[in-house]
Formats: sequence, C-alpha cells, structure tokens
Amino acid sequence: MANAVVRGLLAVAGLAWALGALAGPARETFVAPQSKAAGLTSCVEPTDFMRRNHMELIKHERHIVVHQGIRDSKYSLAGCVECHVAYGPDKKPVSVHAEGQFCSRCHEYAAVDVNCFGCHSTVPNAAQGNAALSGDYGPDMAQIQGKGAGVGGDTP
Amino acid sequence: MTKEHEQVDEGRRSFLGTAAGVAAVSVAPGVILHTVTAAPRSEAVTDAVRWGMLIDTAKCADGCTACVTACERENGLDLQVKPEGEAAKKWDMQRSVWIRKVKLEDNLTRRVTNLPMLCQHCEHPPCVDVCPTGASFKRADGIVMVDRHTCIGCRYCMMACPYKARSFIHQAVAEKLTRAPRGKGCVESCNLCVHRRDNGEASTACVDACASAGHHAMVFGDLKDPQSAVSKALAGAASRQIRADLDLNTGVRYSGI
Repeated sequence: MANAVVRGLLAVAGLAWALGALAGPARETFVAPQSKAAGLTSCVEPTDFMRRNHMELIKHERHIVVHQGIRDSKYSLAGCVECHVAYGPDKKPVSVHAEGQFCSRCHEYAAVDVNCFGCHSTVPNAAQGNAALSGDYGPDMAQIQGKGAGVGGDTP
Repeated sequence: MTKEHEQVDEGRRSFLGTAAGVAAVSVAPGVILHTVTAAPRSEAVTDAVRWGMLIDTAKCADGCTACVTACERENGLDLQVKPEGEAAKKWDMQRSVWIRKVKLEDNLTRRVTNLPMLCQHCEHPPCVDVCPTGASFKRADGIVMVDRHTCIGCRYCMMACPYKARSFIHQAVAEKLTRAPRGKGCVESCNLCVHRRDNGEASTACVDACASAGHHAMVFGDLKDPQSAVSKALAGAASRQIRADLDLNTGVRYSGI
C-alpha cells in the first residue's frame, strides 16, 4: 500500500516536471513569425541539426542539381527561401537576405558572409513569369535601401 | 583424345543459351527506357539522350526577334539594368546575351540569310577543354553549361568559344529568377533551358516563341532518338554545322546555309 502511494506520488511529480519543462521559456528563434516555417514544428531535419549543418546540405544539393539535374531533393536553397521568407504589411515577400531577416540575422550574428544571394533569388518567384514580377516581386534593392547600398549592394 | 575436345559441351551450350536469354531480357527494359522519358526531377540525367536543335534559316524572318525576347524572359536577362553612368554603346557590348540574331550577306550573290546564333552545345566543347576549374562542363545529356558555384570568372571559355556564345556578368545582379540564378563574376550562356529539361518539358523558350510567331524555324529534341522531331527533320533536310572544320560535332545544326 505504502509502495503504491510512493509510486503514485513519483508519477505525479514526474508529470509536473515534464509539463513545467515544456511550458518553460521558449528558445530564441530567428524564424520570421509570418513565414511558412513559423507554422511548422521543424525544418526538413531537426532544428539543432539544421542550425549546424544546413550549409553542408545545400552544398551537396547544388552539385546534384547542376550536374545531374535532380531537382526534387529534400534540401534546396529555393526551398529555404520559400519557407522562411517573411511578408511585409503589403503582403509582398521581404528578401531573406535583408537586414534583420531570417538568413541575414543569424549570419550577421555569426559573422558569416554568404554569397548565395549574389546569384540566387531572395524571394520566392518560381511560379511567376516576369510579367507578374514587376508587381509582386520585391527587388532586393528595395530591402537594402535602408543600408544606403546601391545596385546589388548586398553582394559580398 | 582430340575427339573429346571437339565434342560439343551440351551443359556449357545450354548455360550460354540461358545467359543470352537473361541478357536479352535485361537489355529490353533499357531499350524501352530510352523512348519513355525518365522521371523528371528525381533521376540523374543520362547519355541516353542528347539534346539538340535544327534551325531552318529559310524560315528565320528578317527583323523577327521572338526567340531572343523569349530567352531573355525565360532566363531573367530582361531584368538586366544598365549601370548608372555607363555609355549605352558599352552596355550594348557587355550585357548578357544567350541568343542573338545574325544576318549574313553573300558578297558575290547578295543573298541575305538570317539565323539565331546561340551556344552550339558541342560534343567536344573547347570551352570545357580550357576551363581551369571544371566550371564549364558538359552534362551527360549533351548540354554544355557553366556551374556558377565553381566559375571564377576568368573568361578563358569566352576566348575559346568559336561562336562567341558566352557572356560575362560585370555588375551585381539586383533582380534574379529562382529558376535561373545568375550573378556577378560568372560566365553564362544558353543552357537549352535546363530547368525545363529537368522538369520534363518538351521544348525551349526560343523554340516555343518561334513557333508561336508562326515561323517554325527551330526544331528541338533528342538527337539520339530516331523518332524525335529533330532527328526526323535532320534526316529530311540538308544541314550544316557552323565551323564544321573544327570537328566539334555541334548539337545545334543549321539548314539553308
């Protein structure tokens, strides 16, 4: 009887601890609240893995895309941009490379200078023709004007 | 003694017969695979296909630039902007062009020929031979292209190309397309709309535009498939390689010149 009481108390204590841990302060995240990524539990791999290894994944993927034409990989830079891009008050996508946005926020903190976006688009525009671009497409320049940069000033 | 050697080994013969049968069965799916296109996007490109083009210069209209416009829209070249303060003439010389119209006039007969000039997708591309980093390469399916991740912008390939098909990006690119990334410091050229190839689409932007303009001067397809439109067109008309003397075995052929 005493054993059963002790077990019950232990179970309750354990449950309380687990709930407390879950409800504890959330880890700081750079995911933009309006992005598609904000609604998902994790990226294509667990978050901790992505934080350390995302560059290795896309580095491998770029080779198989360009040389072998395999474009349905789970890992793709276009996928990163599509999922992580934030939308401004005008519903237009904001460049992921603009100051304070998903990619640049962490890279700035870690003092990493990437040149992905010298060539790659920083907003999703895969399904659009150029006609649609003039309206919906937020040119990178518009996002970096605050920095006082000129044409392509975000290119390292 | 010798008789024994000359006797037919029935066991061996039946084994070989079976092996040949198995080989025939295992070859057959490969043959079928050749005609059915591989699953788009998910399988590595193979040399079972070689993409190529036949351009009928007799149908290429003077003054028409439908192919050029379509190429620029498809690959984001129309998003190029002249840098402030650069002379218009210099910009015209330096801006990226993947396909351009060329007009030829025979000095003797005054016969005028129009043709679009683009990367000829050589079997033995000089641009690939000279590239110091391996960025200029030929894909298994015959597309000659630049891996911009490895291109250092030395422009050796531009010097080597007999067709003046390549361009260099001098300025930072502000607006780019997801399907066709391009940026400062790399050489670029026609890649036969490689994103369309990987998606399993039938044609290129220039060929589609030529057809919708009503000229049908360009035919695109698989040079290794005898049933493809381009193979049939090549079989039916006299065609030439430009600078055939270089033995490059170009993937783009011209008729009427």
